[in-house]
Amino acid sequence: MLRFIVRRLLQAIPTLLILSVLVFAWLRSLPGGPAGALLGDKATPEKIEALNKVLGLDQPLYLQYFKFLGRVLTGDFGNSLISGESVLTEIGRALPATIELSITALFFAVALGIPLGYLAASNKGRFLDNFTVIGTLVGVAVPVFFLGILLKIVFAQNLGWFAPSSRQSADIDATRVTGFATLDGLLTGEFDATLDALWHLVLPAVALATIPLAIIVRITRASVLDVLNEDFVRTANAKGLTGQVVRRRHVLRNALLPVSTTIGLQTGLLLGGAVLTEKVFVWGGIGSLLAQGIERRDYPRLQALILLGAAVYVLVNLLVDISYALIDPRVRA
Amino acid sequence: MVHLRTARRRASAAIGMTAVAALSLSACAQSDRGGDSGSGAVGGTMIFGAAGEPKNFDPIFNDDGESFRPIRQMYETLITYKRGTADLAPGLAEKWEASEDGKSWTFTLRSGVKFHDGSEFNAEAVCFNFDRWFNMKGAAAQSQMIYYGDVFGGFAANEGDAAGEPLYQGCEAKDATTAVLNLSTYKGAFPAAFGLTSFSISSPDALKKYDADKVEQSGDSFSYPAYATEHPTGTGPFKFEGFDKANGTITLVRNDAYHGEKTKLDKLIFKIIPDEQARKQELQAGSIDGYDLPSPADFESLKSSGFQVTPRPAFNILYLGINQANNPALKDVRVRQAIAYAVNREQLVKTKLPEGAEVATQFMPDTVAGYADDVQQYPYDLEKAKSLLTEAGAANLTLKFFVPTEVTRPYMPNPSELAAVIADDLKKAGVTVELVSRPWNGGYKDDVQKAGKHDLHLLGWTGDYNDAGNFVGTFFGREKAEFGFNDPALFDALAAADATVDPTAHADAYKQVNKDVMSKFLPAVPVSHSPPAIVVSGKISGLVASPLTDERFDTVSKN
Repeated sequence: MLRFIVRRLLQAIPTLLILSVLVFAWLRSLPGGPAGALLGDKATPEKIEALNKVLGLDQPLYLQYFKFLGRVLTGDFGNSLISGESVLTEIGRALPATIELSITALFFAVALGIPLGYLAASNKGRFLDNFTVIGTLVGVAVPVFFLGILLKIVFAQNLGWFAPSSRQSADIDATRVTGFATLDGLLTGEFDATLDALWHLVLPAVALATIPLAIIVRITRASVLDVLNEDFVRTANAKGLTGQVVRRRHVLRNALLPVSTTIGLQTGLLLGGAVLTEKVFVWGGIGSLLAQGIERRDYPRLQALILLGAAVYVLVNLLVDISYALIDPRVRA
Repeated sequence: MVHLRTARRRASAAIGMTAVAALSLSACAQSDRGGDSGSGAVGGTMIFGAAGEPKNFDPIFNDDGESFRPIRQMYETLITYKRGTADLAPGLAEKWEASEDGKSWTFTLRSGVKFHDGSEFNAEAVCFNFDRWFNMKGAAAQSQMIYYGDVFGGFAANEGDAAGEPLYQGCEAKDATTAVLNLSTYKGAFPAAFGLTSFSISSPDALKKYDADKVEQSGDSFSYPAYATEHPTGTGPFKFEGFDKANGTITLVRNDAYHGEKTKLDKLIFKIIPDEQARKQELQAGSIDGYDLPSPADFESLKSSGFQVTPRPAFNILYLGINQANNPALKDVRVRQAIAYAVNREQLVKTKLPEGAEVATQFMPDTVAGYADDVQQYPYDLEKAKSLLTEAGAANLTLKFFVPTEVTRPYMPNPSELAAVIADDLKKAGVTVELVSRPWNGGYKDDVQKAGKHDLHLLGWTGDYNDAGNFVGTFFGREKAEFGFNDPALFDALAAADATVDPTAHADAYKQVNKDVMSKFLPAVPVSHSPPAIVVSGKISGLVASPLTDERFDTVSKN
């Protein structure tokens, strides 16, 4: 087993190396560059060239790459060109924002999706079912950014029920502990800060939840319908159990297996979807870092975001492979 | 102290059950909230929507509007600008005087001024700042002192690619309130350039204490010292309280020891909202009190919703650039004149630019000394354009017209629309126009300013200070890929105008240059001056819009 893990770890190294070359080359092939963005509107070509020299961006690409690689191997991903701050610090600060948003969206999707899917299946062919099926189709089809803008106009701008954007009000004086705005208020006793964070969280979370919600509803509905036709349900009904008991103990439990797999898959996708939602709601998370980084050609920030993202992906895959190997010894060979 | 709005209270009540859970957890961590700062009793808190994050807060290392906005509230310069104008006014210096040869500037300073850290502002502090800039070490630090390089030429020891000849010769503190600055030569930028935000005066104690000069390079990026990120210390009406990066807010508080009239607001918060639509929505939702550069398309709807949209006096220029290097036909001034006659600028300004925009007759607004009333004009005249083209043998001219995308600037709120109208006008004169679109930071500036791949292009400029050299000298003072000509006669005329010490003769010299540029050279076509606007809610009063976007919030109050 140990040999298997070591081998897989070694295999991950070339993957990451190749990726680092690709990211490095891709960023530098984009027109424009960080010096122009850093120096602003009034930058002259001479000043841009001078700054490129100071930053070492005038050196041959391979040389720049090896220097970059050398620093990354010592854990130094550099400083953001925009803020001058270590990119790892930036990422550390933005990550809780993205996680907070994704978890809340997932909570909405699961809390509404399973009951809705179940109700639709139980009322197959009736109005509620048809309504849900059409609703989920719309939910899957509407782009997140469009829905986000729509929610903002209706619920923030016109009705004033929720905040239009950002994570907290500007005049909230919140102490940061974990970086999770809702949690920090609870931990420090600043409950108004938590309420304020929730007031801001609702719309982006709803926008982000739409697609997973629609998927969970559909999977739950299909899965419940499948289970309803199983022999053991017929048996349970035949032996005289009440409808409620059959549904709760036998149908729902069995139907939830594929649903939970879907939820797992959706969690990964949510983090991706959060990028768009963050843009619409000016949410200071990873998505905002990424968008701003691309706009201003912040090489160090983008390199760190993409490489660390890839490293996490490789690691998760490795863990999955290891779990397979544990279950099925043939995989280890 | 937190001020929750009514709507927020409603929503908060609905989700108030979380507070129950909170009670059990609250013992885990401590709040580090301060006392009763900013109770709102006097002037409350103003929240202004900023479009981007400031680079840092040390004035000398910055050159962009988003960094300058908070810096201007915390710092002061020796000379400042009269509110709402680009005219000079006393700042930290009550008076200033140049020697006859313009090489020595004597500043009579205000007394009784203190920095935010309690230390004394005096002539020594002024000289400390000038010495610090001149003696700055490290290529990284020098590369970030954009305005210093532009105005003062070079450093004690130029590093990296800083190559200019230093203008600064030394600073003498004659007594507590008299500082004398010695320069190697006269420069037309002075005294106006002393008002540049970059040349704000910092507390020498704080500069030393927080390692202000330690800009470090890590790989291909920079990091800034604690002075620039956490302890900016000036003499201004507001003091720095903090930059909450997680929430994107910069908080300033009233400086109760300010030497002038104290601010009416208790707190001034800049909230970073990069998206313009989001800024508008936040204003409409009441969560911010104002923002800068609303889109001209939104002016009417904002006004009808009760917001105050204030256009600034225009201090900018949009021009249609012409590159003579790429296309031999463009070397003929008649062809360039034909282009000027062919573009219906009156119509363009009326239909595509915000209210208050004006057709430009030369490359600077009329508020700048050196503006000439009697330059050659190019009113829309299609027939004249066609005959000039025929005369020059360029009747079948084809031009590549480069246009920036993904950008709006105060002088060009909608570049693609402007370019389409100009291209149509040119087509009517028989010119074939190939429009080439390039993203602003994704190739446009490289193609136009570095590679000179274009024949025509759209670009503009917002003035930094009130001197003709900052406009016409910046554009045509030397050979540039953007315009593709090398005309020593023009370069020399501009250099001579810049070196003229007497203010009247200085202005006259630039007037002559403007006349020559418009009649003899015409290296580009001046198009328009547009007034960029600022918008605030109906509750805000006392904000004076500045042509230099140099708004100070100390006179602002919120009802």
